[in-house]
Amino acid sequence: MTLDVGRIRQDFPILGREIRPGVPLVYLDSTATTQKPLAVIQAMDEFYRRSNANIHRGVHTLAEEATALYEQARQKVARFVGASSADQIIFTRNATEAINLVAYAWGRANLQAGDVILLTEMEHHSNLVPWHMLAAERKLNLEFVPVTPDGLLDLEAYHRLLARTPRLVAFTHMSNVLGTINPATEMIRLAHEAGAVVLVDGAQSVPHLPVNVQALDVDFLAFSAHKMLGPTGIGVLYGKRSLLENMPPFLGGGDMIKSVHLTGFTPNTLPHKFEAGTPAIAEAVGLAAAIDYLEGIGMEAIAAHERALITYALERLEEVPGLRIFGPAAEHKGGVAAFTLEGVHPHDVAQILDTVGVAVRAGHHCAQPLHTKFGLPATTRASFYLYSTFQEVDALIEGLYQVKKVFGI
Amino acid sequence: MEDLYREIIIDRYKSPHYRGHLEPHDIAFADSNPLCGDHIEITVRVDENGRIADARFDGKGCAISQASADLLIESVIGKSLEEVKRLNKQDVLDLLGIELGPVRLKCALLSLKVLKAGVYGLGEASDDLVE
Repeated sequence: MTLDVGRIRQDFPILGREIRPGVPLVYLDSTATTQKPLAVIQAMDEFYRRSNANIHRGVHTLAEEATALYEQARQKVARFVGASSADQIIFTRNATEAINLVAYAWGRANLQAGDVILLTEMEHHSNLVPWHMLAAERKLNLEFVPVTPDGLLDLEAYHRLLARTPRLVAFTHMSNVLGTINPATEMIRLAHEAGAVVLVDGAQSVPHLPVNVQALDVDFLAFSAHKMLGPTGIGVLYGKRSLLENMPPFLGGGDMIKSVHLTGFTPNTLPHKFEAGTPAIAEAVGLAAAIDYLEGIGMEAIAAHERALITYALERLEEVPGLRIFGPAAEHKGGVAAFTLEGVHPHDVAQILDTVGVAVRAGHHCAQPLHTKFGLPATTRASFYLYSTFQEVDALIEGLYQVKKVFGI
Repeated sequence: MEDLYREIIIDRYKSPHYRGHLEPHDIAFADSNPLCGDHIEITVRVDENGRIADARFDGKGCAISQASADLLIESVIGKSLEEVKRLNKQDVLDLLGIELGPVRLKCALLSLKVLKAGVYGLGEASDDLVE
């Protein structure tokens, strides 16, 4: 199942560019956003050249074509994550908006003062702040599953916290900092036994691992197209039908209604009930092309490639004196390595790496509580995808020695 | 971009001349850059003629933020408060001897922002101070 990465890279025009003359790009920031294959760029280009029109209700040819493409994209997403039907796939702006949708629509209809929401310490701000906002409004109690020093969720604590009968358990399938892949199937089963509804943040898992919503038995799954080779501006919420049907709408406007009178409205059926206004149509077409591309390679093969890369990267990083890696051993994680280099601020590390063409991210990666837990204002993060190579890991390591040279350490 | 890490910047980052905290002091102010966690506190003693008799900075952050704080403090000792109020972005860049993109500019200008907010006696520091 070895990937032909050399061939894959030819599909990504940006990977051929130089950052400065003679300095090729080494893109190690795929956790933030991924690069786009030509197939995605061309699908969107083709949509605007040939089929662009607003969707639904139009009877002219372009409107019908655009509607068909948009709805085919929904079917493709449903099949990709194993949903039993396409009307359980809601298009949002991104994973963040998908989580906010659940907080507003499901949360406001179902949660009352004193109810508990169980989150974890490794959440991205997108799976923290919507719940902070709802908790403040509804006087809810937020509880957090602790992260162990080696970057795993403390599952004993999870058992204890479930005894407080949370109404909702929301956690990330894969940490965007530690790379930790959480035991989602088991966690969801336990949460259901405790009577909770479960939301999984799949922003990192859906792009990098085979994810099947029915196998997971997850109630809500949120993810973003731009982290899985697709365009920015479109994300997905999957929800179980019974939950989605009983939720009030999220945003109000066109398309989410069945009928409107001056005195009120009747909401549309799924999935349109949750898609107010003109959606990101070309982006849905781009997402469909991204899924085709990923399926053409195979999610198992992609996961295996990233496992091999992170195993090699952790070995090489550990050789660098003064370097400290955060997160679990390779067998528990995806292709993400967050680290600090003693004596050098993470921003300085990233800036000097940029001089040798290596693009990494520095900061708290929208997971400030996690960094606070480890006593750090920031880390430097390198992350991989199907187009990443072992040579790029070597370039990162060489770059880190360059950082040490500049700082005289 | 490698010029960003000129010897003087690495030097002042690793061995600052003006790191510390003055007690007693006439002016004290602190602020952070929430994006990267850079933090700078500045304490100042002012003499009877309204000139800065002594000043120190403390804090943590990247080389740019810490070196610019050290160089800024060095440059303002002996200056009048009125002169400090007139300092701007270009003065800090001249001290560092580099050009910076918008992200790292915030690191470089944090210390001037803190100093001017203290000198003006403001409740909170604003980016307008260093335009």
